[in-house]
Amino acid sequence: MKSLALATGFAAILASPLIAQDVKPMMVAFADGAVEDSLTGQAGDAAEGRKVAMGRKLGNCLACHMNADMEEQPFHGEVGPPLDGVADRWTEAELRGIVSNSKKMFEGTIMPAFYIDDGYERPLEKFEGKSILSAQQVEDVVAYLLTLKE
Amino acid sequence: MKKYLVATAAIFAASLAYAGEDSTLAIEGEVFVTEVDAPEHMENVSTLYSGWTFRADETQALQLDDFDNPAFLFLDQAIDQWDTVEGSEGKSCSTCHEDVADFAGLKSTLPRVEDGELVTMTNLVNECVTDRMGAEPWKYSGAKMSAMTALIAHQSRGMTMNVAIEGDAAPFWERGKELYYTRVGQLDMACSNCHEDNYGNMIRADHLSQGQINGFPLYRLKNAKINTTHGRFKGCMSNIRATPFKEGSEEFKALELYIASRGQGLSVETPAVRN
Repeated sequence: MKSLALATGFAAILASPLIAQDVKPMMVAFADGAVEDSLTGQAGDAAEGRKVAMGRKLGNCLACHMNADMEEQPFHGEVGPPLDGVADRWTEAELRGIVSNSKKMFEGTIMPAFYIDDGYERPLEKFEGKSILSAQQVEDVVAYLLTLKE
Repeated sequence: MKKYLVATAAIFAASLAYAGEDSTLAIEGEVFVTEVDAPEHMENVSTLYSGWTFRADETQALQLDDFDNPAFLFLDQAIDQWDTVEGSEGKSCSTCHEDVADFAGLKSTLPRVEDGELVTMTNLVNECVTDRMGAEPWKYSGAKMSAMTALIAHQSRGMTMNVAIEGDAAPFWERGKELYYTRVGQLDMACSNCHEDNYGNMIRADHLSQGQINGFPLYRLKNAKINTTHGRFKGCMSNIRATPFKEGSEEFKALELYIASRGQGLSVETPAVRN
């Protein structure tokens, strides 16, 4: 996992003439729960995003959402709505907002915010001051979700 | 937008059948209450379901016969411990307590307030171990304590959960309620998010229950041992990436009282079997 993240990081650096300046977690600008601009200035990688979405210690989306595109994985949760066709229901900006911090759109939702790093109550020490996903991982997941059309 | 999410969730909740909806928990002819109207103090839940009703048939089956129930191996160890002398006073449990069966009715009313303090069964056992037996206190959820509290709680099996929540228990109960609804950890979830808003739904391979504790201490297939309420609370908190409170802490004792009160009317099932 670590080497994968490292490789992705290098790829991002190589792809850009400048070192990309990620939007910091608590600086993300929401409008009606949506986030218009990319958090990294880089395009998301849908194939990478699929892996992040599936990873139990990363997106772990299947814990709560069914997803026909991941049929090969057993046990899809049913706490949230199915991911099938999310790209038909939401725009890229809305998906970016929902993945980054869904509470901006759905007040009181059970869904964790994947791109905040402050305001936690009693976090385990190793997660203190950290977001669940990196900015690029959010972009990758958004790119993946945009492939889920019905 | 908000409406869409709520409507979808409702459809899923409605289409789901509990695994043991039609089955009855009966052991040696004794029928247990696994479904009952919620007590008045519960604002968002109308029917209580024992954790037993959410479990798969094969897990349920293990609890139907005491010979199949692996928890009884640990209860046997506690029966041996009952007669074991420990500490400076040369006493065992049986020196003072003739028959463990005399503790029928204790589990169903714990935790309770004594001299202004909220006490759990573990506190009561350790009071004996230290003050009367002159021994070192047993570890809160250690093997010895888990087995002994399971044996004592088992004497109340079939009795109705009935903890006091008013009078001097009220401030502890309020504290427990506050903790139940407080979101914690990196995943930012409260007990209520899973066990009140989403019981009956699958979270990955797990069928979310109401988080009832009428069957505790109980045997979990997951770790093949007796599990205590505070041990379970700790596990839940770690899962949502929160720093757990300590076992035996004021926070967990208050939470135990509050959650016990959310099970008022269910039968004590100790020792239950869960996954």
